[in-house]
Amino acid sequence: MDTNRFADAWAGFKGRLWKEEVNTRDFIQNNYKPYDGDESFLAEPTEATNKLWGRLQELQAEERAKGGVLDMETEVVSGLTAYGPGYIDESMKDLETVVGLQTDKPLKRAFMPYGGIRMAEQACETYGYTPNPKLHEIFTKYHKTHNQGVFDVYTPEIMKARHNKIITGLPDTYGRGRIVGDYRRVALYGIDALIDWKKEDFANCGSGSMTEDIIRKREEIAEQVRALNEMKKMAEAYGYDISKPATNAREAFQWLYFGYLAAIKTQNGAAMSVGRISTFLDIYIERDLANGTLTESEAQELVDHIVMKFRMVKFARIPSYNALFSGDPVWATLEVAGLGTDGRSMVTKSDYRFLHTLEDMGPSPEPNLTVLYTEALPENFKKYAAKISIDTSSIQYENDDVMRPVWGDDYSICCCVSATQTGKEMQFFGARANLAKCLTYAINGGIDEKTKQQVGPEYRGITSEYLDYDEVIQKYDAMMSWLADLYVNTLNLIQYMHDKYYYEAAEMALIDTDVRRTFATGIAGFSHVVDSLSAIKYAKVKTIRDEDGIVVDYEVEGDFPRYGNDDDRADNIAVWLLHTFLEKIKQHHTYRNSEPTTSILTITSNVVYGKATGSLPDGRKAGEPLSPGANPAYGAEKSGLLASLNSVAKLPYEWALDGISNTQTIAPSALGHDEAERTDKLVTVMDGYFRQGAHHLNVNVFGKEKLIDAMEHPEKPEYANFTIRVSGYAVKFIDLNREQQLDVIARTCHDHM
Amino acid sequence: MNARVHSIESFGLVDGPGVRFILFLHGCPFRCQFCHNPDTWASQKFEEWTPQQALDRALRFEPYWGKDGGITVSGGEPLVQIDFLLEFFKLAKAAGINTCIDTSGACFTREEPFFSKFEELMKYTDLLMVDIKEINDERHQVLTGASNKRVLDMIQYLNDINKPIWIRHVLVPERSDFDEDLHALADYIDTLNNVKKVEVLPYHTLGVYKWKELNLDYQLEGIDPPTNERVENANKILHTDKYK
Repeated sequence: MDTNRFADAWAGFKGRLWKEEVNTRDFIQNNYKPYDGDESFLAEPTEATNKLWGRLQELQAEERAKGGVLDMETEVVSGLTAYGPGYIDESMKDLETVVGLQTDKPLKRAFMPYGGIRMAEQACETYGYTPNPKLHEIFTKYHKTHNQGVFDVYTPEIMKARHNKIITGLPDTYGRGRIVGDYRRVALYGIDALIDWKKEDFANCGSGSMTEDIIRKREEIAEQVRALNEMKKMAEAYGYDISKPATNAREAFQWLYFGYLAAIKTQNGAAMSVGRISTFLDIYIERDLANGTLTESEAQELVDHIVMKFRMVKFARIPSYNALFSGDPVWATLEVAGLGTDGRSMVTKSDYRFLHTLEDMGPSPEPNLTVLYTEALPENFKKYAAKISIDTSSIQYENDDVMRPVWGDDYSICCCVSATQTGKEMQFFGARANLAKCLTYAINGGIDEKTKQQVGPEYRGITSEYLDYDEVIQKYDAMMSWLADLYVNTLNLIQYMHDKYYYEAAEMALIDTDVRRTFATGIAGFSHVVDSLSAIKYAKVKTIRDEDGIVVDYEVEGDFPRYGNDDDRADNIAVWLLHTFLEKIKQHHTYRNSEPTTSILTITSNVVYGKATGSLPDGRKAGEPLSPGANPAYGAEKSGLLASLNSVAKLPYEWALDGISNTQTIAPSALGHDEAERTDKLVTVMDGYFRQGAHHLNVNVFGKEKLIDAMEHPEKPEYANFTIRVSGYAVKFIDLNREQQLDVIARTCHDHM
Repeated sequence: MNARVHSIESFGLVDGPGVRFILFLHGCPFRCQFCHNPDTWASQKFEEWTPQQALDRALRFEPYWGKDGGITVSGGEPLVQIDFLLEFFKLAKAAGINTCIDTSGACFTREEPFFSKFEELMKYTDLLMVDIKEINDERHQVLTGASNKRVLDMIQYLNDINKPIWIRHVLVPERSDFDEDLHALADYIDTLNNVKKVEVLPYHTLGVYKWKELNLDYQLEGIDPPTNERVENANKILHTDKYK
């Protein structure tokens, strides 16, 4: 392909390889400008930003007042060309430097039936909207949905397992998400070049052999090309021609955003992430700044405006989905920083600019800003990120040092913590299996402790009054084998149907044709299994049975070590558990030769899983939330934050490549007396934690408002392990009941803030 | 000699310089009315650790200490277990760790066998954080149940050997928040050469629930934490900013 035609657009850009093939990484590595200064260069928000953000906040308030949904589509099926242009406010449309809405109105949720028609309808009806009955006819009579496909082939065993929630959160009623298109390609090459390259792939695909795989690949490429052409039409509606590469920073932002917009117009995955865009965009900004066509204020404006768009992403969801993933999350995850494989820091001024949006436009959970952390990052940046953490509690951190050897230096985070090589990989999202319930099944011979149904295989349960560790392990191992088998097969089925009925053509168009696939499984209830097995091993656990002989509760005599205290006796069980489950998953065939991975992350679904899980030997009672992700169980941490971090850090990232999630909450007073001290200490904590190989840390530094929220909503999982530190105060916070803890919090509120 | 351990805190940021591992020991001769750890006074429920075990536990957190961090022993009154403390700090110094004692000076004496042990212990201690509950001995006795003579004597000794100390004063309205006493305290501190920091710790009520659980009568019922103005006043009189 002759890319000399792009000489003007690429004026000043160095490197050869990326001009001859699609290679965004090569472009970045050859052209970015590392920055290790501080944040003093950052600009204030422009008037346009303030006006637009002000208007958007009004709309968000309206949305909250209306019960969580501002507006929903009832007539039009979402698609790339389904709508004309839309703006935050018609009267302010010229103020937007990055344009594009999912529908025709801000915060209006699209009708997306391809994942499942009943769900799309139910979402509307829940909020008082009535979809056109014609749509029902079309998507039942004339066009099959992913949801229909999956339920056509589910086995009775799978249905029971799903109903009893030993596997749950499955993407069988909503898009699987977890795919990050390389949206940067749209800016770098323009759509026409991308189409040409895909057509080359198409021509090179088959070598005369029309096997099923080849036929499918050809069809997928054809769909991708169709999507690329439609993306051009989508942009045209807004008055933009994206057939050619972006020629300046403003176009780079706009073209990139159009790529992402195409994804969120066509797919309603739980996680619709943005990817690693900061260093890329900075290259364009630097060129414009150098030739005087952009000011710092305008550069920040572009960042603010694109982030505003990310804050506006909405999907129509049904109540059961909202229970699983509460808070309207989108996981528009956007990462900054990281190190190149050549050792240079990838922090640019734009990495600062993206974090600065939390100051320009206040804290926000979306886009999910993630710092790819390594001790080797410039000190100034580490301090700035820590400051933002303390002020907003809106950033999370991931360990670039453990991820870089596996994924390289151009990976994106494709949901909350999981990595994927941008433009080279896609993920088959698999939610999670409830390993805590697997333990109760092992004890009860496959009978569900809540419904009393025979859900698992009819293995012999435990009949003795006291639990014997060796016997439990043997039965648990057997039950885990059954669960891994069922779980993988269920996911194979779901991914097949999703490819068939809800293929992500727009996103895959921006990913290499010869794509690497990972099969992302997950574990729920991790800490409780570890602590339960520890209780059985080190204490005495008595079973309490109902009139049918089913074990429904436990009585523990004596003390036992718990995960979260840096105690190897418990932590070794944790490591064993992860290893064992992963090995069982890996034994199975996974769809399309994808590489199986697992994760220990649950987001807010730990609450729903907890409701469906009976009492456990660790002391957790039936129905109580499971602790989230890889967090220690509520009340288990007796030795402070660092002991807890040390426990989690023992889990090898290499065995949970889909992510190990850890959320911690600190009171600002516990970090120190003033801002300088607090940022310094937070950096020290992260350095120490990640140096040990831990994967992820979500840091909440709570101020007064959050404390008040904790008092009003003690059930929220982020408050589960909250601790307060005062000089010389030896607090056995975990020995308090919830009421007492809230009382202590209340006093802190008064006394210290 | 084994330690009688109440608990540990792996992430101590307000108990000495930097990020510190705090070891809370059992036992204290004082009975301060505002104590937030009354469960350490005289408990039957404790864990026993050897000095080596304590060190191994602490070293698990070395990656987080940075330049300034290390170990602080608090409680209760750590000097009650001076035998353990001496062995523990010897091991800690051999490992190059910064050591700190958070003490009230309640059991200090120049008599044997304590004094030789204390002299020896000072060779392995980098810093002491000393509470002066009240400079006025009468008020001190009301507040803690004992005289402040031993406390002041310890500080004198530490001054004589030029051992770095931090002075802390818990500001309790109606008990230790009197301008004349604060001035006297400031004057007293001025006579010393080894004071590296002075801190005012506002009284708080986070530990009240412990009194209730132990069936102890809480003497400060109805007394609120000091206002911001009173805290600022104390900081001013004691020139705490001079030490930053």
